[in-house]
Amino acid sequence: MIDFVRMFEAIDTTTKTSAKVDAVLTYLTLAREEDKVWAIAILMGNKPKRPVKTADLRLWAAAAAGIPLWLLEESYYIVGDLAETLTHVMPPRKVTAIPVDLSLFQVFTDVSHMRLASPDEQQDIVLRYWQMLDSTALFVFNKFLTGNFRVGVSRKLVVRAVAKYTALDEATVEHRLMGKWNPFEESMESLFNPDLQSQKHFLPYPFYLAYPLEDDVDALGPIDEWILEPKLDGIRGQLVLRAGELFVWSRGEDLMTDKFVEFQPLKDILPPGTVIDGEIIPWKNGAPLDFAVMQTRIGRKNISKKALESAPLVMVCYDLLEWDGEDIRTKPLWERRGKLITLLADFPVSDVLKLSQQLAFDDWSAAAAYRREARRYLAEGIMLKRKDSHYEVGRKRGGWWKWKTDPMTIDAVLIYAQSGHGRRANLFTDYTFAVWDQGELVPFAKAYSGLTDKELLQIDRWIKQNTIEKFGPVRSVKPILVFELAFEGIQRSTRHKSGVALRFPRILRWRQDKPASEANTREDLEQFLVKAGSGNSTAR
Amino acid sequence: MSLLTVNENGLFCRQGDFYIDPWKPVKTAIISHGHSDHMRFGMGNYICHHHTVPLLKLRLGSEQIVQGVSYGEVLDINGVQVSFHPAGHIIGSAQIRLSYNDEVWLFGGDYKIVPDGVSTPYVCVPCDHFITESTFGLPIYNFPDPAEVYADMNAWWRANASEGYNTVLLAYALGKAQNVLAHVDKTIGDIYLHGAVANVNDALIDVGYSFAGRRISDGLRRHEVRGALIVAPPSALATPWLRTWTPYRIAMCSGWMQLRGARRRRGVDRGFVLSDHCDWQQLNQAIVQTKARNIYVTHGYEQAFSRWVREKHGLQAVVFKTLYSDQEEEEL
Repeated sequence: MIDFVRMFEAIDTTTKTSAKVDAVLTYLTLAREEDKVWAIAILMGNKPKRPVKTADLRLWAAAAAGIPLWLLEESYYIVGDLAETLTHVMPPRKVTAIPVDLSLFQVFTDVSHMRLASPDEQQDIVLRYWQMLDSTALFVFNKFLTGNFRVGVSRKLVVRAVAKYTALDEATVEHRLMGKWNPFEESMESLFNPDLQSQKHFLPYPFYLAYPLEDDVDALGPIDEWILEPKLDGIRGQLVLRAGELFVWSRGEDLMTDKFVEFQPLKDILPPGTVIDGEIIPWKNGAPLDFAVMQTRIGRKNISKKALESAPLVMVCYDLLEWDGEDIRTKPLWERRGKLITLLADFPVSDVLKLSQQLAFDDWSAAAAYRREARRYLAEGIMLKRKDSHYEVGRKRGGWWKWKTDPMTIDAVLIYAQSGHGRRANLFTDYTFAVWDQGELVPFAKAYSGLTDKELLQIDRWIKQNTIEKFGPVRSVKPILVFELAFEGIQRSTRHKSGVALRFPRILRWRQDKPASEANTREDLEQFLVKAGSGNSTAR
Repeated sequence: MSLLTVNENGLFCRQGDFYIDPWKPVKTAIISHGHSDHMRFGMGNYICHHHTVPLLKLRLGSEQIVQGVSYGEVLDINGVQVSFHPAGHIIGSAQIRLSYNDEVWLFGGDYKIVPDGVSTPYVCVPCDHFITESTFGLPIYNFPDPAEVYADMNAWWRANASEGYNTVLLAYALGKAQNVLAHVDKTIGDIYLHGAVANVNDALIDVGYSFAGRRISDGLRRHEVRGALIVAPPSALATPWLRTWTPYRIAMCSGWMQLRGARRRRGVDRGFVLSDHCDWQQLNQAIVQTKARNIYVTHGYEQAFSRWVREKHGLQAVVFKTLYSDQEEEEL
């Protein structure tokens, strides 16, 4: 535990990636064997589920600190991170040094034990640790108990460090660390020994991710060197068929096999040793449905017959990564696509597997015209893939680009603000926006991103000076500031007061030139709905 | 009728016809200390501690009419007994005690009960009515022992110097900068001062203070400097000026550095938790020790802190809405 805390401190006090990689590498070199898999899991965000209720943690911490719960809540608003709040409210006390032999493995054995323990027993375990630890160690422990543990080191950097440590190449390490593996069931040996890989038949390949196109499209050379496809708005996934089993992986590396039951029959149809990459998307009458339909599927534990009928899923397939048990990722895309086309034609899978459409244009300006109007074709833009591109690991420039259509935009008035989390803690950075509706402002969107740090500070100060009312962490402010918001989609919604739900709203810019009275209206939003052609989400 | 009330100009004593730390121009202003949110331009005449006088003239101009007083000296202003008592916040900082008709009011201004080794240490002044700040008035603020922080700071400077890096410390020009200069180990390397810090130090020479470090002169060949300590105000962050010290590592000195978010937002390498204010425990301690029955909470977390004081200590506690900054970020 101590060495892990030291590594965390080293990572946390530098902004240099090389120093971060060194810190992880040093840890791996020094840590005991049983702790290494745990450290890798935590650094990659593969932490066990929360073992206790955060409401209980708050109660225990308030009691231990001798403060009322409301004061702990006030403090949490300011800190913006529960684990850090719990750490800071502990009164300064003399802590006996952390036992040097406390292993990370032991800590997680206790943590996972808590999941099944009674609340009293949970409290005993937590209090024992709270007494034993202080400052950074206490914070790290609290992070183990609460939400996401963002350590300040990206997955890529962890992979780099592990690759150096194991003397494997980064792509191999990335592959071995795919999915939500259980650190209790793995060892460095089972993760990285190549002889043991045949047992890992469920593993997907690391996804190849495209960067947004930055340069002029003409700079990409002749259009006939590229394969262009509509960019669909579903869930990126991999179908893995091996050893008579089927696994459906999402790009977030969640195993979705049980949720996406439509694909089950494929295990009896397609030959083992097949891995397909594509977009999983609700589909009816030969066309995709809106992403909102998908969301009704994902949240559910049990999928009802009705859900299956109203939101049937298909995979729009665009790549073949493994064929006949052979990893073909380094074959050129045109060849992989050729095999994919044959496969989809040879096997009776057309009800759930569709071939991604290849768009044919005479030149880039024709492609650009399609992109501008992409929404009309139920796409978010165009994917550009070099015909001879390999299937790379992770986000890489060059071979693939995403070329999204311009977002829809609207000018809205800031009416509520809430302080942010993490590095935005104690700054009012989470905003609620409204548009005019018959002389009144109706809230319709929340947005968090898009402003510079300098603007955030400026607006934070403005909010503090122009607060009308405070409700806990939220402030209502004078309706004065106008912002241009961008969004990717719009849906009618009964759950939102304004009657619409936006997809991925963010702030494009601060309209300091516009008074609130000139912000857009609800009718303008209606116009977008009409144009998007979605009177309601299912009738398409 | 309360002896002190808040109006649009500031904290007003009707009986004495004067203001304390007013934010709009008034005839007579009693000034608790030299930070800009407490000492503003345009008052008819200023009354402050002797050591604040040179700071006032540095900031507001030498033509200002200023009366300097000593700690403990009692002024009679229209029947109100006014005296200044050490607040331990920065050099010259004072708590302002008002006594009238057997009632004692105390304006704490900004204060810190832990001695910083530079300013005159805080003295507890018993009173009936205590006006307290609440900059760090939440239980998440528990500051470490400054001696440990300075030890860390020296060790960091030494390590940076041994690797050929300069060390830039961001510290408020008035207060924190002097504390840092008093506690760094001068044997590690050269110390250079940003103009804002050097100006304050120069002004304080007249009242008997002297601090380590050289003002950065135009003739200094900065690109040849290695292993030095540079003390600059926080406004130097993200300026081209900073780049002239490359290679450097940079740290911010502030009570806010206790929170990770605050440190990460500034993108500094290190945060040293050093404050010229009370932390949570110290605020509570100060309030109890004054024996005041009535607490007026100003700048900071005034809502939460006044509720806490009512519930925990059973005192009358209300919010006093002032325009003093709760940012602990002072620029000159």
